[in-house]
Amino acid sequence: MNIKLKIWRQPNAKSKGRFETYPLNDVSSEMSFLEMLDYLNNSLIKDGKEPVAFEHDCREGICGSCGMYISGRPHGPQHRTTTCELRMREFKDGQTITIEPWRAAAFPVIKDLIVDRNAFDKIMQSGGFISINAGAAQDANSILVPKKNADEAFDSASCVGCGACVAACKNSSAMLFISAKVTHLAQFPQGRIEAEIRVKNMVAKMDELGFGGCTNTRACEAECPKGISISNIAKLNREFFVAKLKD
Amino acid sequence: MSKLNSKIPDGPLADKWTNHKASLKLVNPANKGKLDIIVIGTGLGGSSSASTLGELGYNVKVFSYQDSPRRAHSVAAQGGINAAKNYKNDNDSIYRLFYDMLKGGDFRAREANVYRAAEVSNLVIDHYTALGVPFARDYGGTIDNRSFGGVQVSRTFYAKGQTGQQCLVGAYSALTRQIAKGTVTMYPRREMLDLVIIDGKARGIITRNLVTGEIERHSAHAVVLATGGYGTIYYMSTLALNSNASATWKAHKKGAFFANPSFVQIHPTSIPVLNSYQSKLTLMSESLRNDGRVWVPKKQGDTRKPNDIPEDERDYYLERRYPAFGNLVPRDVASRAAKERCDAGFGVGSTGLSVYLDFRDAIKKKGKKVIEENYGNLFDMYEKISGESPLETPMRIYPAGHYTMGGLWVDYNLMTTIPGLFAVGESNFSDHGANRLGASSLMQCSGDGYFILPYTITDYLASDIKTPRIKTDTPEFDAAEKEVSERVKKLLSINGNETPTSYHRRLGKIMWDYCGMVRNEEGLKKALVLIKELEDEFWKNVKVAGKAEELNQELEKAGRVMDFFELAKLLCTDALNRKESCGAHFREESQTETGEAKRDDDNFSYVAAWEYKGQGQEPELHKEELKFEYVKLQERNYK
Amino acid sequence: MNGIFSSSLGKKLIMSITGLFLMIFLLVHLTVNLMLLFGDGKLFNFAANFMATNQLIEVVEPVLAIGFIVHIIYASIITLLNQRTRPMGYIQTSSNGVTSWASKNMYILGGAIFIFLVIHLINFFWKIKFGEVATLSYDNGLTQMADTYSLVSGLFITYWWYDLIYIAGALLLGFHLSHGFWSAFQTLGWNNKIWIKRLEIIAYIYAIIIAIGFTIIPLYFLILK
Repeated sequence: MNIKLKIWRQPNAKSKGRFETYPLNDVSSEMSFLEMLDYLNNSLIKDGKEPVAFEHDCREGICGSCGMYISGRPHGPQHRTTTCELRMREFKDGQTITIEPWRAAAFPVIKDLIVDRNAFDKIMQSGGFISINAGAAQDANSILVPKKNADEAFDSASCVGCGACVAACKNSSAMLFISAKVTHLAQFPQGRIEAEIRVKNMVAKMDELGFGGCTNTRACEAECPKGISISNIAKLNREFFVAKLKD
Repeated sequence: MSKLNSKIPDGPLADKWTNHKASLKLVNPANKGKLDIIVIGTGLGGSSSASTLGELGYNVKVFSYQDSPRRAHSVAAQGGINAAKNYKNDNDSIYRLFYDMLKGGDFRAREANVYRAAEVSNLVIDHYTALGVPFARDYGGTIDNRSFGGVQVSRTFYAKGQTGQQCLVGAYSALTRQIAKGTVTMYPRREMLDLVIIDGKARGIITRNLVTGEIERHSAHAVVLATGGYGTIYYMSTLALNSNASATWKAHKKGAFFANPSFVQIHPTSIPVLNSYQSKLTLMSESLRNDGRVWVPKKQGDTRKPNDIPEDERDYYLERRYPAFGNLVPRDVASRAAKERCDAGFGVGSTGLSVYLDFRDAIKKKGKKVIEENYGNLFDMYEKISGESPLETPMRIYPAGHYTMGGLWVDYNLMTTIPGLFAVGESNFSDHGANRLGASSLMQCSGDGYFILPYTITDYLASDIKTPRIKTDTPEFDAAEKEVSERVKKLLSINGNETPTSYHRRLGKIMWDYCGMVRNEEGLKKALVLIKELEDEFWKNVKVAGKAEELNQELEKAGRVMDFFELAKLLCTDALNRKESCGAHFREESQTETGEAKRDDDNFSYVAAWEYKGQGQEPELHKEELKFEYVKLQERNYK
Repeated sequence: MNGIFSSSLGKKLIMSITGLFLMIFLLVHLTVNLMLLFGDGKLFNFAANFMATNQLIEVVEPVLAIGFIVHIIYASIITLLNQRTRPMGYIQTSSNGVTSWASKNMYILGGAIFIFLVIHLINFFWKIKFGEVATLSYDNGLTQMADTYSLVSGLFITYWWYDLIYIAGALLLGFHLSHGFWSAFQTLGWNNKIWIKRLEIIAYIYAIIIAIGFTIIPLYFLILK
């Protein structure tokens, strides 16, 4: 198939970017989306042009590195898919595909399609952990956790930190991201100990870093490649208000 | 006398680690903060090392080429993590875990190291659970276990098919806690390009800031490498595309011996090559073999759809050849068996290079719901790539380069032959011998980082408490930085016609063809010639787009491919030297009448540790004899 | 409580609580208004009179006003703050199949409803409150009360375009509530994977009742009178 790519090009954080259009022929529908970009880059290099910088690593949908806004949606048109898992069979011959980086004040562009998601790490540092040193744990089975809680914790913890929720949200809110972490840890008895301070600190950090608030549009949930539910956000709200009322 | 001192403590096997710990020196808490430690890599090995060293009070600097620690490739481990908890009451024990690992590794690992890995495995599970890793649980609230390739007990802890991701998020959270506390400083988007040695000790590293291109100097009292394996030497593998050998290779060139480089595990269950653009082979956890049955048609070149092939025309070749273990034989055995069937013309799919992994019978027996619950995300992953649902039609799988048992040689203290340079996890060679059993990599790298390295590095640093902060304005740093800058300049100046990726792909093909699942002398010799030719061509004709002082992914790739060429030669040299077959290393010249691997314990019961002797020089082989005091060497038999 | 309202979640809490309060008010308001449809206006006049003279309502009235004002002010603050989070937008956006139009445009809907509210207050509230309504006697002169029915019916019968404005207002309100209702519960944290579907259904039922209920009244006067 032959396609046309309209891609955001920006040499570095300080420069102003612009869209460039590249026609690309003989694309196989079996290619993954990133293999298609490899193919594009190969031809750009051959033509003496600068290849498109994009972030990727595991290419099996688990590391959370890749992420771009494809034809108006984070990670492209396929449901519950990271960009690397997306295949070209989802696109039509002759289609123009627009590729933009995540857009959010908290995620500044570094180059082309690569953005700085360090803000997520900062949120995690504000409380996304259980405080225990190596060696201090008791036998794993001495903490009993109902299967339901463990399963829900797993679902929440399957967040890969790609940032699609922020990219999808009209307010660039990181609520799905932090709610997944808060919910994950709140499901465990050992996670309850710091639950109140955790939720307060993480929300405060999110606000501080320039993410917006949640207005319940559900865009994050719709675009999350891991299908993380906004019920996590409800849980976060509950945890937050209960904690905050005591202050 | 060998230059290698493995420092294996005396005493009974089960007491070695306990006794050794008692003999290790300590560092006063007040002094720990004055000691700097560099950790390269943030996978389970790196995160666990860095967070634990931070908890102890050391001043830790941790480096990653990714933007966040959470993206390291440990994240992709699917099946599980082993421990000798015996929660299933199936008569498991530390000894059995030790024995299974040692036997699985075909008796090419140190008894003492393997026993220790099994010993600390239980602590690792306790710690991950305490960190909030959501291991699968039973209705009573206890943790569930499953069996995993190559063993007869259920000792694998798992979190659906995302155990690596869940453990890494746990390890990452512990690391972020230390970063917030200030004991650990995180340097993301940095690639280590050289090791700095001062007075014979590892004292720092040179990194490239991958965003600005700046070459930076970082110093420490000790350096820990947790940089993973080099499976991407085959270009296509189950590894993340940016996984690389550069850090370990640079350390090797500075004096760290490289042990058993040819021990590369080919994973039996990966999604096969479907087209020529493919950039990676996605792993399908071998836990699938618990419920999936592997088969090919009995008729050569059978083009019928799998579901149309009747039961009596299917060859369940693993069950046929290995009745005791069936579909659960170790990875190397399963891989070679698949290759044997495909080479004999029974392979399926358009390329004939794949076999079926069928869940039909398991679905019949246990129900769709149970199978979906256990493997749902793996099935989704498969379906996204291939467009077929494994619930409806059998998966197609084929072996792919996966894990490297070889790595930097380390002693019992996990220290390389360079004083002050430690290696943990996959980047060292120590615990898996010639083949790694499933779910023991997460176990080993976590054990190294949480419960072994923190003790042994303290012992090393105890004699360094009077050494002030290492300065970075020394001639050694100058020289190392100059060398790195010049190499970058050189790569950018060639301006030839072919991309680094293209060279990587070509190198990978040579390695897969001649130094992959099956090796022989003729092929390995040929490979050495071909690699040299390709390397020479690379240095004349590579085209690295972009500039040095910017984010330049082509430059990153070129630097990694450059190192792969050199490592590839060592890999083939080692494979050539080891004339026996053992574990994942299969030499055609050394096989039994039935085509199984044949070890040669009289001549090759040693660790091959290679010393770098300079550009263009042959590496020097040092042998560390393996002594087996507690187990009897026997032929690995899964029949 | 310390500092709760300076956080993004605290601001949402205010929206949620005021929103729920206003939604209860709407139900009461609709119930009274539907009495316009029955009888010759006596029922409605009695009800309106009861509401106007009841002491409890007198207390609630300023609270209601504050509710409206706070709801509007915080909506403006939240919208302003959220607009800063994406300095450069996307050139192409496509539907994800889940996000409703109303949920993305609550402030616009709210703004339109606010304009309607001002018109509505001028039409009725102002006149009732500041005595421009004729009084009427019931029960042989024993009971005297304002003839609110005539005020309403007069407006709707005389000006057809007021009917259209009120129908539009009711529909806007319906859209606003279709998101606002379950969203309020979500913000309060009264939600989970099971309840989200239930709440959405209840939200739609509620929104339809409000929208249709308030539409019927001008339609009734437009068509039947």
